[in-house]
Amino acid sequence: MIWVDTIVQGILLGGLYALFAAGLSLVFGIMRLVNLAHGDLIVLGAFLILVAATALGLHPFLAVLIAAPVMFVLGWALQTWVLNRVLGDDILPPLLVTFGLSVVIQNALLEGFSADSQKLSAGGIEAASLALGPVTVGVMPLLTLVSAVAVIFGLNQLFYRTALGRAFRATSDDAVTAGLMGIRPQNVFAIATGIAMVVATIAALYLGIRANFDPSVGPARLIYAFEAVIIGGLGSLWGTLAGGIVIGVAQALGAAINPEWQILAGHIAFVVILLLRPRGLFPRAND
Amino acid sequence: MLTRRNLLKTGAAAAATGLAMPALAKNSSIKIGYVSPQSGPLSAFSEADDYMISQFTKTAAAQGLNVEVVVKDSQSNPNRAADVARELIVRDEVNLICVASTPETTNPVCTIAEAEEVPVISSVAPWQPWFIGQQGNPGDPASWQEFDYVYHFFWGLEDNVSVFLNMWNSLDTNKVVGALWPNDGDGNAWSSGVGMPPAAAAAGYQVIDPGRHQNLTDDFSAQINAFKQANADIFTGIPIPPDFTTFWTQARQQGFTPKIASVAKALLFPETIGQLGDLGHNLSCEVYWTPDFPYSSSLTGESNQELAAGFEAAAGRRWTQPVGFSHALFEVAADAIKRADDPTDGDDLAEAVASTNLNTVVGNIGWGKENLPPFARKNVAKTPLVGGQWRRQDDGSYDLVIVENGNAPDIPVGGDFEAIA
Repeated sequence: MIWVDTIVQGILLGGLYALFAAGLSLVFGIMRLVNLAHGDLIVLGAFLILVAATALGLHPFLAVLIAAPVMFVLGWALQTWVLNRVLGDDILPPLLVTFGLSVVIQNALLEGFSADSQKLSAGGIEAASLALGPVTVGVMPLLTLVSAVAVIFGLNQLFYRTALGRAFRATSDDAVTAGLMGIRPQNVFAIATGIAMVVATIAALYLGIRANFDPSVGPARLIYAFEAVIIGGLGSLWGTLAGGIVIGVAQALGAAINPEWQILAGHIAFVVILLLRPRGLFPRAND
Repeated sequence: MLTRRNLLKTGAAAAATGLAMPALAKNSSIKIGYVSPQSGPLSAFSEADDYMISQFTKTAAAQGLNVEVVVKDSQSNPNRAADVARELIVRDEVNLICVASTPETTNPVCTIAEAEEVPVISSVAPWQPWFIGQQGNPGDPASWQEFDYVYHFFWGLEDNVSVFLNMWNSLDTNKVVGALWPNDGDGNAWSSGVGMPPAAAAAGYQVIDPGRHQNLTDDFSAQINAFKQANADIFTGIPIPPDFTTFWTQARQQGFTPKIASVAKALLFPETIGQLGDLGHNLSCEVYWTPDFPYSSSLTGESNQELAAGFEAAAGRRWTQPVGFSHALFEVAADAIKRADDPTDGDDLAEAVASTNLNTVVGNIGWGKENLPPFARKNVAKTPLVGGQWRRQDDGSYDLVIVENGNAPDIPVGGDFEAIA
């Protein structure tokens, strides 16, 4: 019975990791950009939700509706004026820029909000739970997983059912040829980063309700997001969800043996999958 | 022993017998260096610094003390703390250093000052990580050495453990304790032979310790399952605030509802507890200073109530426990400077600090007392520690009520220890 519970909790945790990773996966899949500031951008999103919630007295779930468009514009501007200038054949400049960005965001948040630890307060729902057969499942973790599935489903629809999605895929496959067909890769990239920031804001909502956050907690979450993306296979959004769940379950099982093994078990699962399937579980294209 | 200083002193004394005695530098300005984590993750400890320093310089000037405070920020980084300590000693040529908050700040500063023979008054770190952490070989008690220039005042692990046990003894429970100890300095110390397990066993408690977890863990289901299986009535631990929030919310979701939750470190600041909503009611923690401590300042004569009110008016936020200690550091410094024969001389000043016997806002401070093991007596002075419980008020804010004073009966309790409803 403990094992069923452990695996269920691991899957729910995987939902959180998949949300962290979805934005990263999107940007990585379209422009091969490793965004080292993704964790800090999630924390930035959490602070935006906090500001909207406290200033207007809104519930965090409503405050997201204000924070998300702001984050979209921020992502669009960031890509247009900063990241597009460094994207090229060499992968090092964008890496360095996002690394610098991570430091800048952390310190700007520290300056603006101090090091106090903050939390988004969602009221009674935080402690609520449902009895599903033999296991008790928290409502918030369940909502996190459902949101992760919904976000990934939504992104997939966007990718495969819309003109914008076609532009995304075309640019991802061959930016030069897509350019010949009248698509401006720069604009496509900017919109993609904007969407990634909206997803980051949703991740921020669940992170901020689940635990306290302060300006320095971003990078700690980045590593799981990366592992989820790699395990799932580059460019595959459903793969990212699977990757998040693999890490979540591995961590839960490791912790059930001994809490010292919790984090390590996630990393071991990552290495094992890389050894068995170097391109991840569901690689999208041969590139 | 023949040291450079002794040699110089004897030489000076010999010269003085033949020459006219030079005027002692009693009226020249005394420079105090102050190091604390004013930015970064530990900055919550330093909120009172600006207010306390401005108060100190004002009061000192009024009392005719010619002092200057040079403030340095450790940025919550041990390497940076060492750098600024060196800067204070070499460039600013300070006569005394005051350092506060967490071993990450106090230890590097003390190590450098000890080597450079500059006296230090240090606080706000439990004494074990402070004293043992500075030893060359922390694992071998026989090799531990006393320090000549660095002096620390705070409480120790044994006080915190006994405060928790006293609180638990006052309620009827099944004496099963679930423990959440992280894999960091604090967690390892608490779970070790000098921490909770032996003391709890001696008092008849059974400790369920699933193992050390990594800080910033997102899931505590394994620990919750272990505590639920053992049917633990009591929960304790020393997690960082984000991990405590994650744990406590998950515990509620998964139906782990202990009667008592005594958590060290994570529940220090009223902001953290307020963010828990109604989940924070009756959580208990260690208390080392509140405005209710029945002491007053040796420097300004203010009571603790007045001190807290002054801070709240100046900073525009609620008092926190480190506030009293920021003030007490300067009380000890001013007292030592007044008593030293020549405060510009490191040895004289260190001697004055060592012979301190001062009633401060955090209680009596004096080194060399019996309430510590012999190896630490020279450099460590203990201040009182009591137990408190956070009570949710009708308007949703939280008050810290002192509920246990077994180790310091002169501090009044504000209520009885209550089980979590």
